[in-house]
Amino acid sequence: MKAFQSEDPLLQVRNVTRYYGDRIGCANVSFDLWPGEVLAIVGESGSGKTTLLNCLSTRLAPTAGAIEYRMRDGAMRNLYQLSEAERRLLMRTDWGFVHQNAADGLRMNVSAGANVGERLMAVGERHYGNIRATADDWLGRVEIESDRIDDDPRSFSGGMRQRLQIARNLVTQPRLVFMDEPTGGLDVSVQARLLDLLRRLVADLGLSVVIVTHDLAVARLLSHRIMVMRHGNVIETGLTDQVLDDPREPYSQLLVSSILQV
Amino acid sequence: MTGTAQLQTYDFAGGEYNFAYLDEQTKRMIRRAILKGIAIPGYQVPFASREMPMPYGWGTGGVQVTASILGKDDCLKMIDQGSDDTTNAVSLRGFFEKTAGVRTTYETSEATIVQTRHRIPEKPLREDQIIVFQVPIPEPLRFLEPRETETRKMHALEDYGLMHVKLYEDIAKNGHIATTYAYPVKVNGRYVMDPSPTPKFDNPKIDRMAALQLYGAGREKRIYAIPPYTDVKSLDFEDYPFEVQKFDMPCGLCGAENVYLDEVILDDKGGRMFVCSDSDYCEERRAEGHTGPMAADPAAVHIGGGKQEETDR
Ligand SMILES: Nc1ncnc2c1ncn2[C@@H]1O[C@H](COP(=O)(O)OP(=O)(O)O)[C@@H](O)[C@H]1O
Ligand SMILES: [Mg+2]
Ligand SMILES: [Zn+2]
Repeated sequence: MKAFQSEDPLLQVRNVTRYYGDRIGCANVSFDLWPGEVLAIVGESGSGKTTLLNCLSTRLAPTAGAIEYRMRDGAMRNLYQLSEAERRLLMRTDWGFVHQNAADGLRMNVSAGANVGERLMAVGERHYGNIRATADDWLGRVEIESDRIDDDPRSFSGGMRQRLQIARNLVTQPRLVFMDEPTGGLDVSVQARLLDLLRRLVADLGLSVVIVTHDLAVARLLSHRIMVMRHGNVIETGLTDQVLDDPREPYSQLLVSSILQV
Repeated sequence: MTGTAQLQTYDFAGGEYNFAYLDEQTKRMIRRAILKGIAIPGYQVPFASREMPMPYGWGTGGVQVTASILGKDDCLKMIDQGSDDTTNAVSLRGFFEKTAGVRTTYETSEATIVQTRHRIPEKPLREDQIIVFQVPIPEPLRFLEPRETETRKMHALEDYGLMHVKLYEDIAKNGHIATTYAYPVKVNGRYVMDPSPTPKFDNPKIDRMAALQLYGAGREKRIYAIPPYTDVKSLDFEDYPFEVQKFDMPCGLCGAENVYLDEVILDDKGGRMFVCSDSDYCEERRAEGHTGPMAADPAAVHIGGGKQEETDR
């Protein structure tokens, strides 16, 4: 993919560490994320990917370390010093979070239209017709037929639910989207379609993305840069093609040679 | 609301009790919750709800609020579904007659305290009156968010998008906002509140009402309040504004228009009519000589003497 460019980082992560009791979730993770950049966090199951993603997205407080984010006004703010109200506003306007299990990110008992419209209503949109038109437009962009707008996601296939979850997140035009194994648990053909869609949306919208995956094909297709994690530590970072075609660390070499891939 | 009689005891159900059943310490605790509620209009104040000698569905929250504000000189009106003589209203009125010995009335204008389930009297309430609501479910966000910790946070942060999700669903499924009871309101531009279970027809009465409004939920242990002349706005969309129910006809008995009507079955041949749900209002109008289109019908006259009981919901 074409490289991003911008002078100021969007996210600055310094020595982020999270323990569960005395067990390490992730340790001493530092990196910068740039506007328009897609960063893939890869590694085996249990390597700390989800823990790190949850720390970054303020869903799980780190035991130590600092995470700063560039707000829309240009100021860098420590995420864990935001008020609860600021944090919520950020999460539902400037950010998105795509869960592996769509049911965790959707309201399963309200219609597709309401799922997409919720963020708009949360930030004060009060015109039903406009909300519905915007929801309809977003359903189209994620390839869900207009006539499903009043159906609730329980009647949707796995792939459709995931696309609905994506539309629900993107409706407020966020700048940064977190994804945790967004194609996990889907059939291979469904995965391919979802990946194509994600790739197109990310490019069209110029999104910054932190995506967690154990599937290197997903990382290859979507990301500019890769971080390889093992036992909670980042053991290698680099441009995607470079890490996948010419890994430096022996563990990364094993991972890439697919010996470790399940 | 003059001084309560602390020395006198009242017999009830074979026991001796303090004035209005509750002990003075409990009443003080409840009055503190009420005062806090008045200070923060629409905010649900937790309180240590007591066991009352009646099932929860009977309005124990409202009963505890009334017991806590009742004085010897008060005059109490008790209504259920707009009527003074349903089982629920009759037994709650009897409860206070026995445990407090206060005067009771059917007439809205004579009452100093009106306790209600379901309706607000048609006759506007005054500054020297208090209306107490029996509330089954105080949390308006419960429908979409079952977690109590989360709904509390949403109130604290004024995070009310979910209320509109519910209204959106209503319009998407029915073509209009189909919520007719417990229609959510925003109180004083801040807290979203459930005026449950009154019909939305009564929502305009809640707005800038001259009387103090107190809401008590016994099972859920919450009290909330709306002080006199507080702005109360029913939630809606710009293109689907809030509307009250409209009735095509006047009351069959008294001819009143723009009041809330109940359908009454007259016979087993499909005969029916619509009459004021507020039975006191209807009787007063008839006493003043107003008549409706069905007033001369023998079946209707029989009904007009006292409406049939609603089944408990
Ligand atoms: N809630 C938790 N409590 C205790 N240990 C946890 C918890 N979540 C994750 N861990 C542990 O932290 C480590 C990293 O887990 P996780 O971040 O889920 O890895 P990944 O997403 O890469 O599979 C693992 O050893 C895991 O067992
Ligand atoms: Mg994981
Ligand atoms: Zn009438």
